[in-house]
Amino acid sequence: MTDTTPARPPLGDELLTVTGLQKYFPVRRGLLQRQVAAVQAVDGLDFSVRTGETLSLVGESGCGKTTTGRLLTRLIKPTGGKIVFEGRDITNLSDGRMRPLRRDVQMIFQDPYGSLNPRHTVGAIVGAPYRLQHIKTPNGTKAAVQELLELVGLNPEHYNRYPHEFSGGQRQRIGIARALALRPRLIVADEPVSALDVSIQAQVINLLEDLQDEFRLTYVIIAHDLSVVRHMSDRVAVMYLGKLVELADRKSLYEQPMHPYTVSLLSAVPVPDTERKTRRERIRLQGDVPSPMNPPSACRFHTRCWKAQSVCSVEEPPLVELAPGHQVACHFPENAPKAADA
Amino acid sequence: MTAPLEVSGSETTAEPEAVLQGVDKIEGRSLGQIAWLRLKRDKVAMAGAVVIILLIATSLLAPLIVKLLGHPPNDFHYDQVNADTQLPIGSYGGVSRDHLFGVEPVNGRDLFSRVIYGSQISLLIAFLATLLSVIIGTVMGIIAGYFGGWVDAGISRLMDIFLAFPILLFAIALAGVVPDNAFGLTGDGLRIGVIIFIIGFFNWPYVGRVIRGQTLSLREREFVDAARSLGARRPYLLYKEMLPNLVAPILVYSTLLIPTNILFEAALSFLGVGVRPPRATWGGMLSDATHWYQVDPWFLLPPGLAIFVTVLAFNLFGDGLRDALDPRSR
Ligand SMILES: Nc1ncnc2c1ncn2[C@@H]1O[C@H](COP(=O)(O)OP(=O)(O)OP(=O)(O)O)[C@@H](O)[C@H]1O
Ligand code: SF4
Ligand SMILES: [Mg+2]
Repeated sequence: MTDTTPARPPLGDELLTVTGLQKYFPVRRGLLQRQVAAVQAVDGLDFSVRTGETLSLVGESGCGKTTTGRLLTRLIKPTGGKIVFEGRDITNLSDGRMRPLRRDVQMIFQDPYGSLNPRHTVGAIVGAPYRLQHIKTPNGTKAAVQELLELVGLNPEHYNRYPHEFSGGQRQRIGIARALALRPRLIVADEPVSALDVSIQAQVINLLEDLQDEFRLTYVIIAHDLSVVRHMSDRVAVMYLGKLVELADRKSLYEQPMHPYTVSLLSAVPVPDTERKTRRERIRLQGDVPSPMNPPSACRFHTRCWKAQSVCSVEEPPLVELAPGHQVACHFPENAPKAADA
Repeated sequence: MTAPLEVSGSETTAEPEAVLQGVDKIEGRSLGQIAWLRLKRDKVAMAGAVVIILLIATSLLAPLIVKLLGHPPNDFHYDQVNADTQLPIGSYGGVSRDHLFGVEPVNGRDLFSRVIYGSQISLLIAFLATLLSVIIGTVMGIIAGYFGGWVDAGISRLMDIFLAFPILLFAIALAGVVPDNAFGLTGDGLRIGVIIFIIGFFNWPYVGRVIRGQTLSLREREFVDAARSLGARRPYLLYKEMLPNLVAPILVYSTLLIPTNILFEAALSFLGVGVRPPRATWGGMLSDATHWYQVDPWFLLPPGLAIFVTVLAFNLFGDGLRDALDPRSR
């Protein structure tokens, strides 16, 4: 295997930092395609990803997770805010300037059926990174591809097969092999297992964890519920309607969730009895997620929050650190340390 | 035709197809190979394909076939025609060993040779007009679908305008004013060129719409994003990622457009604005035969059957091809 990996900074440095990250999709209508509205898919995210960690991004369908992932990998340009990767501002880099950097940031896609071109062989798919980045591997692309296939647990003899000949889990492994080909530093995995059978989910998660250890990868893992990422996350960020509502270390987030939305998400996660320290009732949220085209004022969660008070719809709660390494955006957080209440 | 195999590869799971089991599984089978396996089992479509191949061979070998089995298509055979009634001598329009389909009333031209030569005009015009439509339609469809926005809006409106155009009336008007020579072409060649242009140029929006829709949905597929995240440039995305997925709809649409164009050419010849007599065309022969159908409907049969069989063969093959390439479309 070629080692294109540069020397890595020590664990814990900020590999990627976003500030005020924003993406509005224009909604156009009519003959002249005039903009009539905007989908506020991502609206002001601040967080950083530290080298070697796994940061999970969790939220309901439509809250802007995929959009965030596509912004981090610069598949789309942000409407506002800033993305800094390895100290370099990549917010507005042109496609051409971005091209060499693409080796360092890769993405695993949500849909294992849609992310592999049905007309290409596995060899072509996994070999595409080398071809597109003009990378020569010592024993040729084919050998490199076969090595990758073996690495992700596929039969290297299946080089000439087409995606439709593989199961969902195998296809996701092909996607992982492709993302790994360029030895990236950061991998954004968009719901890597949500399309798979539960029995296969664990295998793929384990593979991701093994690869992280082997190649010292940094992960941003996107998921729509908190249970899937529980064991592999170092930190967890919870999103609601394009905003971060809570960001904390795994332990404090799962044990002392502060944002009412996180609390409700956790109440839906089955917890083994031995772990259940406090009695946790299942909280069912009222109503549907509001449209990101016309989100609720101030705290976007106020239309569904059981703790909501009048201030919540007037004044937006900022994302503040209430405990060490635990940021929350709520006027009336749960489990808040006493000092913060005063 | 019954295998539940996913070919255009979106949400459904691929079930290993029965026909694929037992064969060497290490060497992958492309969707094209699988479509071919499936097509081969479709008897109706294969019958259509055989007829199409025979038709193409016939039109290419027309001079040879006519030399062996007929008479030059424009030779008069007054000896075969009753001078009083002007009808062919003998039953069934004068069918004989010498004149396989009989002869024309009045002049006694050999119907067999005229049908054979007529296939040349039909296929030539239908193929080239289809090619023109498919080229324009594919390019415009991909541009509209890939770039979207106002480019798409503009091309879509243009397609609407073309589709609203009374093409038959336009063809009649234009064919009436074609000069004897222009663009370095003269006579029949020029007329054939003009007809190909009219049919091909006004039919592209049908192809354009299909390709635009396909491109639009392909563009959203994650494998395009995957290629972009690896640093692929636009030509790579268009030619390597998207075009291979458009080949199937382009092929299917072409095979289904050819019979439409054959009918259109026949209609133009029937109306007397197609390729000029004395050159043999199926539409022109039909038109001539209508003068005689009360006396003897036989003369309608050779050109009528030729058109019918040709159109049917292309349609059956096209339908089979579509099913083979995308079983969900049934
Ligand atoms: N290209 C686009 N054009 C317009 N709107 C878009 C586009 N992409 C996403 N959106 C909208 O932005 C919002 C967030 O979408 P996104 O795909 O990021 O959500 P998600 O959290 O990934 O959801 P899911 O769990 O369903 O994948 C949605 O309302 C979606 O309709
Ligand atoms: S700010 Fe108010 S509405 Fe928003 S989550 Fe907190 S309590 Fe609920
Ligand atoms: Mg998503």
